[in-house]
Amino acid sequence: MTDTPGRAAGLQTSATVLTVRQVQDYHAMTLVAPAVAERFRPGQFVALAVGGADTARLVRRCLPVYEVKPDYGGTVEVVFDHRGSADPGTGWLASRRARDRIDLVGPLGRPFRLPRDPVRCLLVGGGPGAAALFSLADTLRRRECTVHFLLGGPTASAVFGARSAQRIGDSATVVTEDGSLGGAGTVREALPKVIEESGADVVYACGPTPLLRAVSAVATEFGLPSQVSVEEFLRRTAACGTGLCMTCVLPMIGDDGVTRMVRACTDGLVLRGDRVRWGDLGTIPFDALGAPRALGGAL
Amino acid sequence: MTDLTVRIGPLELANPVVTAAGCGGTGRELARFFELTRLGAFTTTSVMLQPRAGRPTPRVAETPSGMLTAMGLPGPGVDSFLERDLPWLAEQGVPAIVSVAGNSLEEYAEVARRLNAARAVAAVEVNLAAPNVEDRGRMFGRLPGPAAEVVRAVRAATRRGVPVLAKLAPDVADLVNVALACVDAGAEGLSLINTMAGLAIDPVTLRPALAGVSGGLSGPAIRPVALRCVYEVHAALPGVPIIGSGGIATGLDALEFVLAGASAVAVGTALFHDPTAAPRILRELEEALSARGIGRLADAVGLAHRPPGHVPPQISPRRGATRPGRASEPKEKLP
Repeated sequence: MTDTPGRAAGLQTSATVLTVRQVQDYHAMTLVAPAVAERFRPGQFVALAVGGADTARLVRRCLPVYEVKPDYGGTVEVVFDHRGSADPGTGWLASRRARDRIDLVGPLGRPFRLPRDPVRCLLVGGGPGAAALFSLADTLRRRECTVHFLLGGPTASAVFGARSAQRIGDSATVVTEDGSLGGAGTVREALPKVIEESGADVVYACGPTPLLRAVSAVATEFGLPSQVSVEEFLRRTAACGTGLCMTCVLPMIGDDGVTRMVRACTDGLVLRGDRVRWGDLGTIPFDALGAPRALGGAL
Repeated sequence: MTDLTVRIGPLELANPVVTAAGCGGTGRELARFFELTRLGAFTTTSVMLQPRAGRPTPRVAETPSGMLTAMGLPGPGVDSFLERDLPWLAEQGVPAIVSVAGNSLEEYAEVARRLNAARAVAAVEVNLAAPNVEDRGRMFGRLPGPAAEVVRAVRAATRRGVPVLAKLAPDVADLVNVALACVDAGAEGLSLINTMAGLAIDPVTLRPALAGVSGGLSGPAIRPVALRCVYEVHAALPGVPIIGSGGIATGLDALEFVLAGASAVAVGTALFHDPTAAPRILRELEEALSARGIGRLADAVGLAHRPPGHVPPQISPRRGATRPGRASEPKEKLP
């Protein structure tokens, strides 16, 4: 990296694969990347190039970080879903072996905002994105917050980290749609009860977009702030992860009340749940700044 | 030391590697990865008169060796650009090539007029792929006539001493004709090429993958097309500086464009894949030139057009050029 003296040492690294393991429905990959591990804050993500040096796949895969550890100078573990995906890019990641190298950019995006005082935090997750909640839980713990978990998914094997949550959480609630693990039902159905029981002061969420939408709505009903990580939206829409390509935009209400199309990768990955216009994701709301006017069209 | 300076009309750049319009963000995103002064110039995202939200997501689809994007020219509008983005670029000390677009002739001209107030504009690049509202949304650069009209309007509105470049898309019946028309209308240089129209269909939803249905194809997938365009236009207009772009990802790619007739090269899609691509490509290009005994970049421009019978210096991968010296002074002749 002689081209980047000092300015961004370590923001882009050729990371060495340590292990790739299967965790329920997902893959977890540990990479040696000391500079990334050192600067990582919970909620940030990494963008991985797939396919090796002469790859024909130019879109980076943006993945949530499960945990960073000090071993080998600093490792980063990412979690991704390959089984349910037709993406050969994640297939390539899943087939990596120890000592393979992967070009990695990170840590990227805005992290979870942390409370100043020791408060009661509820961490809600679903899918592989739930991985991002565990480093957050550690950090909150160090700030003497109480940490409650609510994890959900369609089946038992789709719930990431149920056991870890039970181990480190002050409480951990698991719900599955088919009832194969924990209670039967959805996160949305279980959430009000969990908020009441835990006496949560703030809700953090990470997972599929419908889950985030539900969490934001329920948190707002209870008058609680919500911090949500739009990692699934980013994975579906982003090309670069670094803020260059402008493909991962979503409508968000600013402090001035004006809706703007903001980039999930740079304004996020963690956003205020009450500010995202969840119902308008994948559209340009007519009242957004710069929305196409009736004549002239969205060309 | 290879002399890498580039002249585009009255503008001199320290080196030939620039960012492609719409691929470098505001510059701030790239500055985290390298000093922007390592670029010959930074080309901005197309600036329009009004703020523009662009198209809905999905805006990108990955395709073999490329990507398909339908962005809808999002941007904050010219006033915000002049207030926030351009001063920042000037502070970095990198020449700014400002890409301009409009929905009508008047809009192009008005944007160019407002840019005149800023001293930091090194050149104005006219994005002729913008949709013409008065022509059923088809792009201005589709035909020589409308393309020339836009270039003439921007040239008239732009300060003297600031070169105007025309950026052309390859999806036209006769690119050389469009290029000629733009040069006649006052363009001091050409940027070749913009993206090509393409389509991807999502096998899961059974619908087009992009919200905008068709999108612009970029990346190495279009490199041979881009190279052909640069070659043809340089053959027809050897005196007109060309910024070549289209899938440039390595120094050797850049060299190919230079040999085909490009004075400078723009790096776009490669930045999404590798944020440090631009300085790397510059380094590789410099190495490639010195390995071939070429002391001045300008001497390599259009070398591929030389008639047969001129033997270039022989290059061995191990020992480099067998005969140091200037490739532009071929001494050997075929028997």
